[in-house]
Amino acid sequence: MNEQLQEHFDATIARDQRIEPRDWMPEGYRKTLIRQVAQHAHSEIIGMQPEGDWITRAPSLRRKAILFAKVQDEAGHGMYLYSAAETLGAERADLTRRLIDGSQKYSSIFNYPTPSFADVGVIGWFVDGAAICNQVPLCRSSYGPYARAMVRICKEESFHQRQGYELLLTMMRGTERQRAAVQDAVDRWWWPSLMMFGPPDDASPNSARSMAWKIKRHSNDELRQRFVDMTVPQAEKLDVTLPDPGLTWNDERGHYDFGTPDWSELQRVISGDGPCNTERVARRRKAHEDGAWVREAATAHAAKQHTSARKGTAS
Amino acid sequence: MNDRNEWPLFEVFVRSKRGLNHVHVGSLHAPDLRMALINARDLYTRRNEGVSIWVVPTSAIGASTPDEKDPFFSPSADKVYRHPTFYDIPSDVPHI
Repeated sequence: MNEQLQEHFDATIARDQRIEPRDWMPEGYRKTLIRQVAQHAHSEIIGMQPEGDWITRAPSLRRKAILFAKVQDEAGHGMYLYSAAETLGAERADLTRRLIDGSQKYSSIFNYPTPSFADVGVIGWFVDGAAICNQVPLCRSSYGPYARAMVRICKEESFHQRQGYELLLTMMRGTERQRAAVQDAVDRWWWPSLMMFGPPDDASPNSARSMAWKIKRHSNDELRQRFVDMTVPQAEKLDVTLPDPGLTWNDERGHYDFGTPDWSELQRVISGDGPCNTERVARRRKAHEDGAWVREAATAHAAKQHTSARKGTAS
Repeated sequence: MNDRNEWPLFEVFVRSKRGLNHVHVGSLHAPDLRMALINARDLYTRRNEGVSIWVVPTSAIGASTPDEKDPFFSPSADKVYRHPTFYDIPSDVPHI
């Protein structure tokens, strides 16, 4: 029986068709997906914090409204993804608990601080740009609910990248100090952004399996290269310097060559020792705990309505 | 943390414009139908994606297994005569 199910599953994947929630799937597929989708959801939720810090200090009403909409989108993206994870049998409360107790991870990039408003622009340009590189192929991921969530997310994400780049263009037309702030933010975010794609392929043990299952469609290194190729001309247009002396066009490969990120830094940040890890998780925990009374009150209200409605029909 | 009373799950369906069907877009947790509707509006229609929303408790949905080999759908598989192409009509017969 099990063999037949496995064969059917393999054939569905081979035909490039989607696996849906009630289909039989191997336990490893389910576990890998829950881990990846949950990690993705947590990243959206924690990702509200670095930029959220600037909502109250945005320099104009226009920028404030944009930033608000963007941070709201991140919350929405987190919700779409949690909802996809739940179709695999994960429970929302349990996912939140795992984020707060550190047993599930989120993207390393959100553990870096945002000391300047230029960081908001560079996050839109680099971090959302990198996210788009990652996410566009995930719209064809083999698991239906995940792929559909990614379609929605990608549609919304392109505004995120564009608002960032536009913000930077505006600052570059400003004062010497504003231009210096942009360059400084570029210098701080470039390498961590390259690390967002994960460790190099030869050090990414689960990648091959995820690709065989078509959960992932491209390797970490392929996506990283795509991001670099896409970003270099944008940097030239913006008139900033990407902080990598090894960055040169390679005619033979038809791609830009670039330096090697400091993988030990990625390892450190992932394992909890980045500049803001403690702060990010503590803030998420506090928001969750501070909201407990609202959740309880709403549940109590719903229960009361339910009881009085039942009494109403009985009499 | 009290996670004992987790809010129930609702499935969300959105009609994107008049004349079209409601389409399933995802799910969310809410304490009751009213809050589910309000949360669905905030979550799934931030950019004018809808003119109407349905929310349905997930537990109230009955579902077939989506597996095409399921014998559930087999009664319709061998009835080609339900399709117009089953019937041979001379090509010079107009309007049919």
